[in-house]
Amino acid sequence: MTGRSALTRRRPFGRRAVGTQSAVWQVDGVLLVAVAALCVIGTLLVWSSTRTWAPGATGLVKKHMLNLAIGTAMACAVATVDHRLLRAYSPMVYLLTLIGLVLVISPLGSTVNGSHSWIMLGGGFAVQPSEFGKLGLLLMLGMLLAQPAEGTDRPRGLDLVFSLVAAAVTMGLVMLQPDLGTTLVLAVITASAMVVAGVRKRWMIGLTLVAVAGAACVWFMEVLEPYQVARFTAFLDPSVDPRGVGYNSTQALIAIGSGELFGKGLLEGGQTTGRFVPEQHTDFIFTVAGEEFGFLGSVTVVVLLGVVLLRGLQIAKRCEDRFGTIVAGTIVCWMAFQSFVNIGMTIGIMPITGLPLPFVSYGGTATFANLIAVGLLQAIRMREQSF
Amino acid sequence: MNRMRTRLVVLHVLVLSMLAVLSVRLWQVQVMSGAEFVSAAAETRTRDVMVAAVRGQILDAAGQPLVRNRTALVVSVDRTLLSRMKDGDAVLRRLAAVLDRPVKQLERRLRSCGPGVTRPCWPGSPYQPIPIDEKVSTREALQILERQEEFPGVSAEVQAVREYPGGKAGAQMLGYLQPVTQEELKKRDRLKAGFSGVDLVGRDGLESVYDHALRGTPGLRRVQVDRLGKAIGVERQVAPTSGDTLITSIDSRVQAVVEKAVHGAMKRAPKADGAAGVVLDVRTGRVVALASAPGYDPAIWTGGISEAEYQRLLSEKAGKPLVSRAMKGEFAPGSTFKVSSVSAMLRAGYPLNGKYDCPGSFMVGDRPFNNFRGIGLGTLTLHTALVRSCDTIFYKASYEQWLRDGGLRPKKAPQERFAAMARAFGFGRPTGIDLPGESAGRIPDRTWKKDLWAATSADTCKRSRTGYPEVADKTRAAFLKRLAYENCLEGYLLRPGDAANFSIGQGDVLVTPLQLASAYAALVGDGRLRSPRVGWALVRPDGTLVKEIPVPVRGKLPLTEKERAYIKGALSEVASDGTAAGAFSGFPMDKVRVGGKTGTAEVWGKEDTSWFASFAPTSKPRFVVVVMVSQGGMGGSTAAPAVREIYEGIYGFTPKGEAAGAALPDGKPVAVLPMIKRDGTVAR
Repeated sequence: MTGRSALTRRRPFGRRAVGTQSAVWQVDGVLLVAVAALCVIGTLLVWSSTRTWAPGATGLVKKHMLNLAIGTAMACAVATVDHRLLRAYSPMVYLLTLIGLVLVISPLGSTVNGSHSWIMLGGGFAVQPSEFGKLGLLLMLGMLLAQPAEGTDRPRGLDLVFSLVAAAVTMGLVMLQPDLGTTLVLAVITASAMVVAGVRKRWMIGLTLVAVAGAACVWFMEVLEPYQVARFTAFLDPSVDPRGVGYNSTQALIAIGSGELFGKGLLEGGQTTGRFVPEQHTDFIFTVAGEEFGFLGSVTVVVLLGVVLLRGLQIAKRCEDRFGTIVAGTIVCWMAFQSFVNIGMTIGIMPITGLPLPFVSYGGTATFANLIAVGLLQAIRMREQSF
Repeated sequence: MNRMRTRLVVLHVLVLSMLAVLSVRLWQVQVMSGAEFVSAAAETRTRDVMVAAVRGQILDAAGQPLVRNRTALVVSVDRTLLSRMKDGDAVLRRLAAVLDRPVKQLERRLRSCGPGVTRPCWPGSPYQPIPIDEKVSTREALQILERQEEFPGVSAEVQAVREYPGGKAGAQMLGYLQPVTQEELKKRDRLKAGFSGVDLVGRDGLESVYDHALRGTPGLRRVQVDRLGKAIGVERQVAPTSGDTLITSIDSRVQAVVEKAVHGAMKRAPKADGAAGVVLDVRTGRVVALASAPGYDPAIWTGGISEAEYQRLLSEKAGKPLVSRAMKGEFAPGSTFKVSSVSAMLRAGYPLNGKYDCPGSFMVGDRPFNNFRGIGLGTLTLHTALVRSCDTIFYKASYEQWLRDGGLRPKKAPQERFAAMARAFGFGRPTGIDLPGESAGRIPDRTWKKDLWAATSADTCKRSRTGYPEVADKTRAAFLKRLAYENCLEGYLLRPGDAANFSIGQGDVLVTPLQLASAYAALVGDGRLRSPRVGWALVRPDGTLVKEIPVPVRGKLPLTEKERAYIKGALSEVASDGTAAGAFSGFPMDKVRVGGKTGTAEVWGKEDTSWFASFAPTSKPRFVVVVMVSQGGMGGSTAAPAVREIYEGIYGFTPKGEAAGAALPDGKPVAVLPMIKRDGTVAR
């Protein structure tokens, strides 16, 4: 490690910024292009799905683009920070997100569309702290699990306990909203951080058993809201009640299926125009892609998401410090889970959970969080060989 | 770090398989079963709205409208949609406020009719929008249309509504419209989807018989809708084809005269409970006027009838104005029936020019049967027998024929000449007029007696033992018991009294005024019995003729030309010298000679039924006019004056015999179809 000390010598700012040695040239271009493409597609789909009802000729597109701009700025800011420095700030970020989550539960929080997950900022803007909660938790876990036990490459037992406590606090606060989808994502983040960090298999199996037992308890003690149970049963058999809970699944399938191979063309989707699929610009935005861009378009979206995920894994692999690898790997798992569940629910292979499609769905805080995550990936990438 | 690398490889595999799963599933959904979803999408996205065709008009022979359309703004409510909504009640409350009507009233009109549900209720299909107000103002309609989001499932649109320029005239004949029922909708081969407006179907009269032609073909509008069912565009449109216009042979001027005459006759006879008037064109067999009193205004059907109005239409007290007495009312014909009996005598071999005794009383078996007021008229020809309405000649002839058939021990195949002749005149079966629900009347022959006895003997035999303890009048109870005893014992036999009564149109024989008119038209016309027709032609809205409705011939009277001329000659003197001479005194017989036959039929416990069956002019008859007044008294004093009034109207005479405005100035029914121009107006 000391052999590279020459490279660590401070160079003038100009050269540091854009010179041949600059970290800017280390940015993962493929990842950047894929995310940008997803954002562009998302913007088109938001336009198509909101122009018919939202005020203004272009629907929510302007607001969506503003969100993307803010998110990009945030991502750039994060990318410029050395991720090792981030590791030091992780506990602070984590605490900040916890404060946000507490505020939501406090009287300051607001209910939108039946979920109590919002803090109104005024002027039509609102934040959803649970989205930042994902980032806070994954940084915190990265920090805790990055330090290996003496002589091994596995995390220390005490750090594992701390990790579980940190995860439990975040998940508990989100559960209080209640937001089942985000809680599941947080669980996936926790599990994947542990997997990437190299936690022993038998511990993983043990934790999985505990989680399954917990889920069973939740199911049988009827802690879940009736609508959540209904969504799950409707997933198993949408024909039970096609006008009620099965309605979303049925209509989503009809919209996507009717796109056939080539799609009906942008703004030409009758199901989209008729607003048959609820929440079409947020959770069900993939149905617009399916209807208007057809199989080719929807597979393009899947492939682009795949590119993002694979590039993320590549970054995780190439990073030489444990923190970077854990954070990058966890981000990939989070995005993969959310993408799979989101697309899966629109094509009838996953139950309906209120999760947005990364980079594509409309929604400020989620967009910010996703782009910040990309910023994190880029930060890790830019400095992967700087050990 | 190696351990972490391995685990990242596992994640790599997971991500790749996830991409594969999603892609395969997308291929399945979008490419393999895409076509299914395309049709499913079309189903959810479009809705077929039927555009009702404008119903054809009904015109009279001169092209004057009997039933026409006027446009009205109609507010309808889609009950199925409303019931699916959370705040359906709130929508109704808002609607009630706009229409300024109590919510309760709207709710009542939205209920489906059924047992225990009083009107106003909805008799049509539950999937159709239900009209709740036919008389909305433009302002009210705009209030609803401009705030559609506040009134989901409520529509206000211009619809054609039936209008009756003649008011009550011919109401039973014209019929009325009612919303189509679910069952009727199922029976239709095409177009099962609901209409945007109200799908009405003819329920009675001409509206019902010619419903198919009048209805036209509804158009189709395939509308794109959003998930709330709100229309966002039209995908396909097929314009409706208006229904054909029905031209009838009714002359609205004559119809008005007849209506006035029968209503006037009812007023003059204090106990009269119903009357009917029929005017037929003798040469064609077409109906010139058909009236029944009491009448009603068919406009009350428009826009949902109220319970009170509906009950009134059905009530005995109001005289059941829905029922056309002209074709559904069955009454004993009295002496008007003698045209059949005299023909039966001729066929039985009684000479046309013979002399017949007309005593005041004739013994039929062991019972005396009297002439009117028991007065003997001496020896008469058949001619005089008809003019002066002798009864005993017919009693005797009928009794003799009864004996010839074997009397109380009938032969194997009795001839029953009187009944057979009545059938040849068209009595005992419907005339086959193009109107629904016609009655057959009744010819009480030996078979009928047997069938009746088979159906009632159990009861009469019981009564012959138990008597009638519930009847307060002792003598009457005793009489009834004896009657029951006789009926039980030999009720299956046509008794001699039955035969005698039959010959003068009394007893169990029943005819409708239309049957009588049809029979007289055959007698004084060409001897052919026709199925009267009200409909004359069906014409497309642009004036092209679809078809002329033929008048079917359904039989020929078994009389020679000479015999018919003889009977006609006798009837021709009734109005001038016979039983109707009083009613026709002062009528200008020199200008138009009227012939006919009076009838006064006794009805047990009621006033007599008053009849006058007539024709004019006697030389070459053009019209047959029959008037019947139930409980009207003597034929010569109630029905005959009404018939006179009708002729005065047709030919244009004042009661004093001077010339006045005539309904048919040339004394002929309209012979040419009115021309309908391309724009739908009538050329005269």
